[in-house]
Amino acid sequence: MSEKVLMKGNEAIAEAAIVAGCRHYFGYPITPQTEIAAYMAKRMPKIGGTFLQAESEIAAINMVYGVASTGHRVMTSSSSPGVSLKSEGISYLAGCDLPAFIVNVQRGGPGLGGIQPSQSDYFQATRGGGHGDYHMIVLAPSSVQEMADLTVKGFELADQYRMPTMILADGTMGQMMEPVSLDIKVKPAPEKPWATTGTKMQRKHNVVNSLLLSPEALERSNFERFERYKIVEENETLYEEYCMEDAEICIAAFGIAARVSKNAINEARSQGIKAGMIRPITLWPFPKKPFAEAANRVKQIISVELSMGQMIEDVQLASGGKVPVTLCNRVGGMIPSPEQVLDAIKAANNGGAK
Amino acid sequence: MSTTQFLFAGFGGQGILFAGKFAAYKGLTEGKQVSWLPSYGPEMRGGTASCGVIIGDEPVGSPIVSKPDVLIAMNLPSLDRYESAVVPGGMIFLDSTLIERKVKREDVKVYAIPATQLADENGMPTLANMIMMGSILKALDNFNEDSVNAALGKVISARHADMLETNLKALTMGAKFLEG
Repeated sequence: MSEKVLMKGNEAIAEAAIVAGCRHYFGYPITPQTEIAAYMAKRMPKIGGTFLQAESEIAAINMVYGVASTGHRVMTSSSSPGVSLKSEGISYLAGCDLPAFIVNVQRGGPGLGGIQPSQSDYFQATRGGGHGDYHMIVLAPSSVQEMADLTVKGFELADQYRMPTMILADGTMGQMMEPVSLDIKVKPAPEKPWATTGTKMQRKHNVVNSLLLSPEALERSNFERFERYKIVEENETLYEEYCMEDAEICIAAFGIAARVSKNAINEARSQGIKAGMIRPITLWPFPKKPFAEAANRVKQIISVELSMGQMIEDVQLASGGKVPVTLCNRVGGMIPSPEQVLDAIKAANNGGAK
Repeated sequence: MSTTQFLFAGFGGQGILFAGKFAAYKGLTEGKQVSWLPSYGPEMRGGTASCGVIIGDEPVGSPIVSKPDVLIAMNLPSLDRYESAVVPGGMIFLDSTLIERKVKREDVKVYAIPATQLADENGMPTLANMIMMGSILKALDNFNEDSVNAALGKVISARHADMLETNLKALTMGAKFLEG
């Protein structure tokens, strides 16, 4: 399918998952990501896959846990309150070093919140969400094409590093339609000698379990896991720089906030203000290096977010206190306008931090 | 204008999202950059529906249409809500069968199309949206038959292929109405 078609972001994720070889989907409906489940319900039976609407989000993530143990590519998707419910299962997946692919099309919170777009699950996604020391690779698409591309990448990275990966999108990215090509190259899945596929009396049992009662053994498994995370941080960090060559004001934004910020930067440039943007594509691992470098040459960094300021903490850590880092935000399902971002850029240009 | 922002608004069930999708596909078949973003919420048939469509030569930045160049108001609440948002010098297309009041703005170009009446009179009661679309394309001098047909082929699924001709008829009717 090389011809570009118009698809909703949610549908692009679903079709890209199928392209990536995922044949098992478990979920529970919730706005604004229900199109993923609807698409899978239609497609999976036709290609010999499994679509199963579970009785709850908790059941769905544990079904993912089961299939992941067998080494098959598997996914679930939800929106913010549903992902909270899945967090226990995600911790178990991480504790068992299982690959799995999870989608969060965020809506406003906390609690049941609303159904309009939000980015307020950044902490939950990048800091764990569930209990224990673990990370997911967190991918933040900013176009429908990226919804598809990063889905394929998410499955590949999950297999390569044996860890859960997550797409952290928002209601806008899920609902909008843009041209997308699904002609995406997929790396073949690696061998999975750890998978519980039946011994056929020819090998030792594989055990998938996150219970390690010996503190020494549990410590060792944590250390080993974090050695792997270090490799992920070194090799898999992704970001895009926009107009950063000569930028004096640097925007930090991902997803829909980056789209809005692009308009503001173009307008600022047309008024002679040198604005640019660093757009993290992986939120974990966070692209520390470009922010550390930018901190040496820009006047101010503005973190544009649909939250009360979550990514801003990573931006502050990465920029090491060398420049002021300020927040430009809307929450609760509201989205910053290009004018609001432009005002923040102008204020930064006129006098630094406000 | 290298980028045009459209806002389609009306009742749920009037084919608002469909008309927007057609416009986006038409842009895509002409090699343009496009985006389509619906309002989504606890909406239902008879409630409000809207979608923002951006068509241009440059990659689309924000897909959110808050200041449309072209407003398509298919009912009174939509005109009331979005009239003031249209950019100066922009266009407002309204369904004059369902909207009796005049547009207050004097800095925009207004096209009053009795789309619902035309649709009813011609036995295509569900196609007021496409009659309106025909008028829009005509007014924008963009009624390119090749891309119109290509876009119709994309938005109408094979299962409903019998609707292709009726949709084209509706589009042509809208265009003809503007010719007078």
